[in-house]
Amino acid sequence: MLCLVPLLWLLWDTFTGNLSANPLEDITHRTGLAGLRILVATLAVTPLVRISGWSHLMRLRRLIGLFAFFYVTLHLGTYLLFDQFFSLAGIVEDVAKRPYITVGFSGFLVLVPLAVTSTNKMVKRLGGARWKALHSLVYAAAAAGVVHYLWLVKIDTRDPTIYGVIVVVLLASRLWSKRVKRPS
Amino acid sequence: MLIRRAQDIRSSEITEESLYWDRRKFIGASAGAALAALIPVAPSLMRTRQDEKLTPYDSVTSYNNFYEFGVGKDDPKHNAHMLRTRPWTVAVEGAVHKPKVFDIEEILRKYPAEERIYRLRCVEAWSMVIPWMGFPLASLLKEVEPTSKAKYVQFVTLHDPEQMPGQLRTVLPWPYMEGLRLDEAMHPLTILATGLYGKMLPNQNGAPIRLVVPWKYGFKSIKSIVRIRLTDQEPPTSWNQVLAREYGFYANVNPDVSHPRWSQKKERRLGKIRKQDTLPFNGYADQVADLYAGMDLSRYY
Repeated sequence: MLCLVPLLWLLWDTFTGNLSANPLEDITHRTGLAGLRILVATLAVTPLVRISGWSHLMRLRRLIGLFAFFYVTLHLGTYLLFDQFFSLAGIVEDVAKRPYITVGFSGFLVLVPLAVTSTNKMVKRLGGARWKALHSLVYAAAAAGVVHYLWLVKIDTRDPTIYGVIVVVLLASRLWSKRVKRPS
Repeated sequence: MLIRRAQDIRSSEITEESLYWDRRKFIGASAGAALAALIPVAPSLMRTRQDEKLTPYDSVTSYNNFYEFGVGKDDPKHNAHMLRTRPWTVAVEGAVHKPKVFDIEEILRKYPAEERIYRLRCVEAWSMVIPWMGFPLASLLKEVEPTSKAKYVQFVTLHDPEQMPGQLRTVLPWPYMEGLRLDEAMHPLTILATGLYGKMLPNQNGAPIRLVVPWKYGFKSIKSIVRIRLTDQEPPTSWNQVLAREYGFYANVNPDVSHPRWSQKKERRLGKIRKQDTLPFNGYADQVADLYAGMDLSRYY
């Protein structure tokens, strides 16, 4: 599974000493980036299916989403453990006072109910329409991820801007296809 | 090559620095131990002073912020070979009686390098301990004789996108510029470094000559200097020009003044897992705090 590549790569680099002189920062950055990339990939599934007609991809969408949650959780865990050592005061201060952490943490919180309701059982219990409405929150999470990235870079905003543009394009394609469908 | 290797350094040249460290150890061991029994905070103060292991050479030379060679931490190591450090000149000019363009070889010959072990605290909240080879900036400035008008010193890095491919993108306005107040520049802790670990300065660390101001955030310690200009007004500095709210002219290490987006209370010493407390003026307060007597450090950050 493609989604395991970032993790295996990170583990490989960790154990072969290929990380930089600040390995904890590398782990934080790489899990965060993998989470954002895979989250963007889940948003790309539906438009891709629409264009290509590969409908079997739809079945993978929830799994890909869970991988995104997995990396975001690792990312948050690295921060809680190595940046804060689970110091509650430090975490509360960061979440309250550092906007990029506030927005990143909010993004994680948004993902939690989505991950919890990702089983077949939960889809049935909620019903398709309600499940879909709930899971459109994934756009909020992706936006939070992009803003979190944008606000933490020192000055070179090129990469977060690229992710921002991709998310906007994917969201626009969704809205546009809805409008096209409606009259028919 | 005139940079002296460790075994060439006469003990008289390094006494000052080693005495400094020994004094710390001595105070830590004797007075500190005695005090520790009486004052509960003493052990924690001592701990921050004792743990000063040198950051390995590989880390010092592979983890760099030197945007002229790319914004990634490992970019400078991979791209800095494009920089030609010979021939190299440093123009010292402005409010001085004897402006002069120094050839780098003349500087190396005239101002023998001595070892200075300094902490380096980056504004990004990581830190290193580096054995620099260098000489006091004051020596060079005295040679050109600053006039009474000289109040500040401006430093400028080489601007040549062919040698510094990072300059092809306008991440920062090029050339990189930094500045100090004259009294900061003349302070004995302020050095021009030409080497580290007893070797010539690697390109990614700012060859052939760079500034090191250990009580300020790392971005003040400008690399690959080609011009030093004495002025009567506070000179423009690169990070301050693009993000004035985040990067001040002074940029003294200060755990009590947060960066607007992150805390400066703690730092990660490279090679360690737990973060440690950041000290005011990066632990050099007893030597430099009086430069800022009466100044509001939260305003002049």
